[in-house]
Amino acid sequence: MIEFKHLLLSAVVACFAQAAAANHDGADAKRGERVFKKCRSCHKVGEGATNRVGPQLNLLFQRTAGSVEGFKYSPSMLRAGADGLVWDHVSLDTYLENPKSLISKTRMNFRGLKDPGDRADVMAYLRQFSDNPANIPEASPTIVGTDHEVDPEILALQGDPEYGEYLSSECVSCHQIDGADSGIPSITNWPVEDFVIAMHAYKDKKRVHPVMQMMAGRLSAEEIAGLAAYFEKVGQ
Amino acid sequence: MKLNRRNFIGSAAAVSATLSAPMVMGASHGRPKVVVIGGGAGGATVARYLAKDSKGAIDVTLVEPTRTYFTCFFSNLYIGGFREFSSIGHTYGKLAADYGINVVHDWAIGVDRDAKTVTLAGGGTLPYDRLVLSPGIDFKDGAVPGWDVTAQQKMPHAYKAGSQTQLLKAQLEAMPQGGTFCMVAPPNPFRCPPGPYERVSMVAHHLKANNPTGKILIVDPKPKFSKQGLFQEGWANHYDGMIEWVGPDFGGDKVEVRPDGMEVVIDGEVTKVDVCNVIPAMKAGKIAEIAGVTNEAGWAPVHAATMASKADENIHVLGDSSHQGDMPKSGFAANSQAKVAAMAIRGALTGSKVFPAKFTNTCWSLLDTDDGIKVGASYEATDEKIAKTDGFISKTGEDAALRKATFEESVGWYDGITSDMFG
Repeated sequence: MIEFKHLLLSAVVACFAQAAAANHDGADAKRGERVFKKCRSCHKVGEGATNRVGPQLNLLFQRTAGSVEGFKYSPSMLRAGADGLVWDHVSLDTYLENPKSLISKTRMNFRGLKDPGDRADVMAYLRQFSDNPANIPEASPTIVGTDHEVDPEILALQGDPEYGEYLSSECVSCHQIDGADSGIPSITNWPVEDFVIAMHAYKDKKRVHPVMQMMAGRLSAEEIAGLAAYFEKVGQ
Repeated sequence: MKLNRRNFIGSAAAVSATLSAPMVMGASHGRPKVVVIGGGAGGATVARYLAKDSKGAIDVTLVEPTRTYFTCFFSNLYIGGFREFSSIGHTYGKLAADYGINVVHDWAIGVDRDAKTVTLAGGGTLPYDRLVLSPGIDFKDGAVPGWDVTAQQKMPHAYKAGSQTQLLKAQLEAMPQGGTFCMVAPPNPFRCPPGPYERVSMVAHHLKANNPTGKILIVDPKPKFSKQGLFQEGWANHYDGMIEWVGPDFGGDKVEVRPDGMEVVIDGEVTKVDVCNVIPAMKAGKIAEIAGVTNEAGWAPVHAATMASKADENIHVLGDSSHQGDMPKSGFAANSQAKVAAMAIRGALTGSKVFPAKFTNTCWSLLDTDDGIKVGASYEATDEKIAKTDGFISKTGEDAALRKATFEESVGWYDGITSDMFG
């Protein structure tokens, strides 16, 4: 049953459909433990787990991002935590699918788990290392099988850098054009895809910063592509 | 003088049309000319964007009396001891050298709308095809009985940054132990809605460390103010019992000051104070009135999509002076409006592409060390006004890490907007 379920899911995901959620009736912690092998070289979880390349993952749910004592996080992760990012099914699902969509300059060097079932299962596994797993939903039905990835059609848009330059005047009231990043992150010379993914994560309110949610919220996919094209090359 | 009077009389006089004819030709020969009056968040930004984006196709002149411009935003942080005074001062060297802007340090004292010229106090005349007015604010005469500009040495307004800000800080530092700092807050609308209340927070921060028995009295004609819940929560957290706010229910709207005796009279009751910061009711900067583009309330109505004056399509008014709709009077707003105006002016003078106007604003305020809050919104141009489309505000009870990040963000924004203004 379980195997069949995942076969079905993978097939659906392969054709970029998002409607598979209804078929996924619960996440599997045992299978999640197997998926976790991909994470284990960097992350420890369970009794006595300590920070390694990545922070230990006990009590992960409801934890503020970037808050494990003694672990040296990227400035981006610390900023996200200060902005109010808390790990729950929604944020973890997004982060695990593509870490850069949530934290552009995360030190977690991992491409992500593209299969929604893999993510749901690994979260079900990690959930067991909470103080009180019963209080954490196994996996909300709205999460399991949701595809957060930016639509490939959007990623394929060729942005107009001239239009981006015009739109950029709104960005540079805060973000410095010379790339300085004290207090407010630098947005210059990013790879186009990273820029687009990050902006859509704000637009979809996956990233928590209220100013950026507002700014990205009223930009169309073409406008975001234009900005990405402009900022990629600015100052070069 | 002659030019001013002619404008007051009206623009239809045939004689002025005849006189102005050679000037119009002068302005329209060669590169189109834009004159910008006021080198703050609106004026410096519009000058820089016009010069930068037209790539020399527009001849831009910026008229600003001061050689070093001190930003009103962050001047409260100087009062609180969080910034050096020099850190809020900016010069126009890059705008002149890197962008080719003709920076004229002089006062504009007249606008002849028929001849399309600006007269300078120093005697010069500047022809224009488009004129941008971004003169900030002036104070309404008689707004606070007993106060006028001759009293500003005893009772500073410190609401145009510069020597007034330094004076207020010096008076605060010299305040006797247990003394009273009084602020007479302005009625709406006014520059920087959270500004007076951030200032109170900064004064309280200073007193807490240096004069812990000192008191702050705010006399306010308004029943409520910007970010009120956030400020009052912050004051209770950091400065419990130090700040008294007297709103209109308790006579805050019936105030008179006596600068010679350092007295404040609230609804007939005399209070002796040690420092008195009088922030009177405001109107558009004087040159907007001289140009004849202001309404009876003292502000200059503009079309939202272009920031063009409703009285004259060749004059654009930015920032605090403009009457535009939903945006607050803030440096951020002026900077945002300047980009829309620059695009519209460029489109009209050089035929460049004009995109739909978008506006944004965010106002950060500091309550105490590492305790920053913010409010902001996005806007669009409608036929009638600049209309708010979305917004956000900090919440009461936020944790310390978020408040610290908000403050750090404001410092980053300061660097961003000042590079956007001055290059």
